[in-house]
Parts: sequence; structure tokens; C-alpha cells
Amino acid sequence: MIPSLFLASIIVFSFIHFIPGDPAAVMLGDMATPEQVQQLREALGLDRPVYVQYVRWLSGVLRGDLGNSIFFHQPVTRVIASRAETSVFIALISMALITLIGIPIGVLSAVKYNSWLDQTLSGLSMFFASVPTFWLGLNLMFIFAVMLRWFPSSGFPSVIESGDWGNLRYLILPCLTLAAPNSALIIRLTRSSMLDVIREDHVRTARAKGLPEWKIILKHVFRNALISIVSALGFTFVALVSGTVVTETVFSLPGIGRLVVESILRRDYPVIQGIILVIVLLYMFINLLVDLSYAFLDPRIKYS
Amino acid sequence: MTGLFSVLYARKIAFTGMLAILTILVFAIFAPLITPYDPTSMNPLEKLEPPSASHPFGTDNFGRDTFSRVVYGARMSLLGSTGVVVFATIFGVAIGTLCGYFKSVELVLMRIVDVLMSFPPLLLALVLVSIMGRGLVNVIIAVGVTYLTRTTRIIYGMTLKIKEEPYIEASYASGATTFRILLRHVVPNLMSPLIVQSTFTFAFSLLEMASLDFLGLGIPPAIPSWGNMLSEGSIYLTRAPWLLLFPGSFIVVTVLSLNLVGDVLRDRLDPRFRAEISGV
Repeated sequence: MIPSLFLASIIVFSFIHFIPGDPAAVMLGDMATPEQVQQLREALGLDRPVYVQYVRWLSGVLRGDLGNSIFFHQPVTRVIASRAETSVFIALISMALITLIGIPIGVLSAVKYNSWLDQTLSGLSMFFASVPTFWLGLNLMFIFAVMLRWFPSSGFPSVIESGDWGNLRYLILPCLTLAAPNSALIIRLTRSSMLDVIREDHVRTARAKGLPEWKIILKHVFRNALISIVSALGFTFVALVSGTVVTETVFSLPGIGRLVVESILRRDYPVIQGIILVIVLLYMFINLLVDLSYAFLDPRIKYS
Repeated sequence: MTGLFSVLYARKIAFTGMLAILTILVFAIFAPLITPYDPTSMNPLEKLEPPSASHPFGTDNFGRDTFSRVVYGARMSLLGSTGVVVFATIFGVAIGTLCGYFKSVELVLMRIVDVLMSFPPLLLALVLVSIMGRGLVNVIIAVGVTYLTRTTRIIYGMTLKIKEEPYIEASYASGATTFRILLRHVVPNLMSPLIVQSTFTFAFSLLEMASLDFLGLGIPPAIPSWGNMLSEGSIYLTRAPWLLLFPGSFIVVTVLSLNLVGDVLRDRLDPRFRAEISGV
């Protein structure tokens, strides 16, 4: 994990150096004076050799200093923290929905293999996996917020500041938008992993012993299929982040996803670098947890 | 090719998907013959008109015919995805086979590929477009890089397996060079998983490029693409829902059809590779 993190930090650091021309001039835009450009160049250390810049940047990152935002004139960590609440709520609720919808329906589809129910559920999951996230979000907004007026159409007043948990209703449509295509992927994966195990000899033996069907499915099939399902849930994180960028933009939510898009349009590269680094770190940590969970899920796997 | 066709014909639903893709392809190729209006000609007198006999998909905020724009949009969207598939395939095969064959290359390149896979694809594409600038070619490269990693992983895994086959050993024994073996024996054997993976790459890159267009960082807005149409249409969500309905439906039909075809191909074409290929 450490070499990967090191490599990831180099890639994220290089973003700024791939910008054609003078990165400081590009970031400040056409209106900046040469003095301002020079000031930023010095502030970012762009006038020093690349390896010195990298070591300086990395030592800052290791101390929790991701630099300063050019637009907000604030530390990047503070900018990210101010937008974290919305994205954390969206990620947690969506992940819960994906697990609660994806796994049971996938299991049901596999148990009722080739029945009309399986075909309907598979068809629906294929459909939702093929829908652009933003299009689904706009449709849900049109139907449930504009026409039926069941939910608010945009924004998210802070739950932590107001203490009003009812504000979470602002996140229902965005979370459904994110959960639908990702649940579809989990349904399909759960179904195929379950089907792979169902055909194995030990399941036939369990049936021959006369075990009740629910016990065979839960203890002998699902338990064995769980490893693939858990690793797919870990992988869902990456898809969820991509989806959050779009969903937060559609529903005008003050989250990290929208901050990325805004920062890209403003060319605020320190913020972009900071967010991507945090996301990649988080993903590697989730992957580590997934790897560790294998030992718990399958007693044959041991980490020394 | 006949084999491919009969595999698809055996599953009616995949065959329907194939027909849908072919129809959209015909739309894209013969766009000037099919469309009743110029996709860019504006008519202020017919702004935001609902679907009618003269404008089957309605008109947009500039009075442009939505049907003509959807048909021309197919061109841009399919061209973009084709570009991504070509980019991901060429570089994915080159990097994947080299990494599978040469340990020293593998040590460096596969690590980079693995790390790039932990970057969310859309985020990576957004950053790359912001660095390189908008435009079809830049969008293809940006999205292509995110898909290149997956193709490389698959090709690398396959190359490791193929390399151990007895016929490779036989070629070595008969004096063939490594380059010849790679070109004549390894690459042709990668065709089946490549065809299947390309189907999924095509489908998902279409979605990703539409997302980039929607976020304002894709193909320049003046060019009609399905993503750009949805981006413009989203402003008129309540007044003109048809601006969202038609381009969106075309994206769904195309991606759904590709996924259906890809699924059947994966199951039928070469079951040995099922575990290797990432699809839906």
C-alpha cells in the first residue's frame, strides 16, 4: 500500500505540471497582472526545481497541509472540511441503499434463476446500469420534486449546524439517483456469484443431506459468494465518487463533488489535487479493509 | 463474423440490441439524408415547441429541430466512444502484452496502471480535460486513459496465461523471436476478450462522455452531442421536458443494447475468459 500511495502522490502532484504554459498564469486567468503571477509562482514554489517542489509538497501533505486554495484564500483542508458533511451523508445513505437493495435482490434473482421474476429483475438492473446518472437525477427531480412536490428539488441545509435531521429529506432524491445504477451492478454481481456457487458439488451434497433450502442458500451459497460481493462493494466506492460529482451538480448540493467541478472550472488546482489525494487515500484504505475482511469471511485465508 | 452473428441470433434480446445499435449507426452515417432540418439552423418563431408532425421531437430554445440534433448527436457520441475504444485497445494491448512478457516493464507500468485504477474515472477524465482543454480529441484521450487501465489489466492477465501455453514454447523452440510470438500468437488469442471488453468500454465511455458534456467539460457546446443536448435541455426541465426525454432515451437505448450484446458475447464467445472481463 505504501508504494502505491507514494506513486499516487507523484501522479497527483504532476497534474499541475502537465498544464501547458505557465501554471500560475493559467490558474489566475487572463486578468492577472505579471506581479500577481510571479507572487503565485513563488507561493507555490514553481520557480524551484521539480524535485524540490515535490518534497516540499509531500512533507506538507504528511503534516496534513494540502496547500492553499487560490479562489478561497483558505487552506485546502478547511475548504474540503466545509463541504464534507453533504458528501459524507450522501455516501453513507447511498451505500446503505445499495447494500440493502442490491444484495437481497441479487440473491432472490439467483434463487429464482430463469423464472419470470429473475428475468424481470435482471432486465430492470440492466436498464438502471445503462442510464446516465445525471439524466436519472433530472427525471427524478422532474417527477418527484416538480410534478408531485414530494421532495425538495435542490440544496441541502446543514444537519449539524441546524440540528434538524429532517433536512435529510433533501438528500433522498440524490441518494436514489446514485443508488439505482450502483445497486444494479451489485444485483448483477451478487446474482452471478451466487449462481457460480449454486452449481458446486458441496451445495448438491447439502441438498442430498436434506437440509432446508433457506439454510443451503444462506449458509452454503451466500456465505461463499460473499467474498466477491464484498470486493464489489469496495469497488463501488469509485463509481460512487464519480456519481457524486454529477449528482451534486444536478441537485445543486454543497458537497465535495460539486467543489471538484467548480474548482476545475476555476482552475483552482491545489483544491483539485487535495480532493483527489483524499479520495485515492480513502479508496486504498477501503480496499485494505476489504482485503482484511476476506480473512473473516473465509477462514481458509490467513494473513501472517 | 458469421459465428458472432449466430451467437447473437440465438438470444433474441441480444439480437434486438444488435438491431438497435445498427439502426442508430445508420442514423449517424446517413444523418444528412435522414434529418428534415439543419441541426444548427435557428428559428426564433418556433422556440421550445412540443413534439408535432413537423417536429417529431419538438424544438429547443433556439427553435432548432430536436430530431435532427439527436440524429447528428449520434454521430458525435458514437464517434467519441469509437475513439475511446480504439485508444484503450491500442495502448491497452501494447502495455498489457509488454507487461505480461517483460518483468522490468511490468514492475513500472503495471504499478502505474494499478494506481490509476484507484482514481475515480470521471474525476480523472475531468482533470485531464481541464489540463488539455475541451474538444473531441482531448475528451477521447481523457476518457481513453481511464478505460485503458481496465483493458491493460485484462490483457496483462490473459498474456500471463497464454505465455505458458505449449504452442508458445513450440514457437520458441522453432526459433521465433519474442516480437514475432507476441504479434502472431499472443495478440490473435486476445481477440475474444478484447471484443467483449470493447463492447463494455464503448457503452460506459458513452455514459462518461455524456457526463463530461453535462458538466460543461466535454465537447464544445456548439456541436450537437447527446450530452450537450441534455446539458442545455436541463435548464428547460419544466418548460420543455422533451429536450431531456429524446436525447436521454437514445443514450439509454444505445448503452442498454451494447450491454445486452456484451453480456451474451461474454457468456457464449469464450466462457474461459468470463472471470477476466469486467462488465455490468
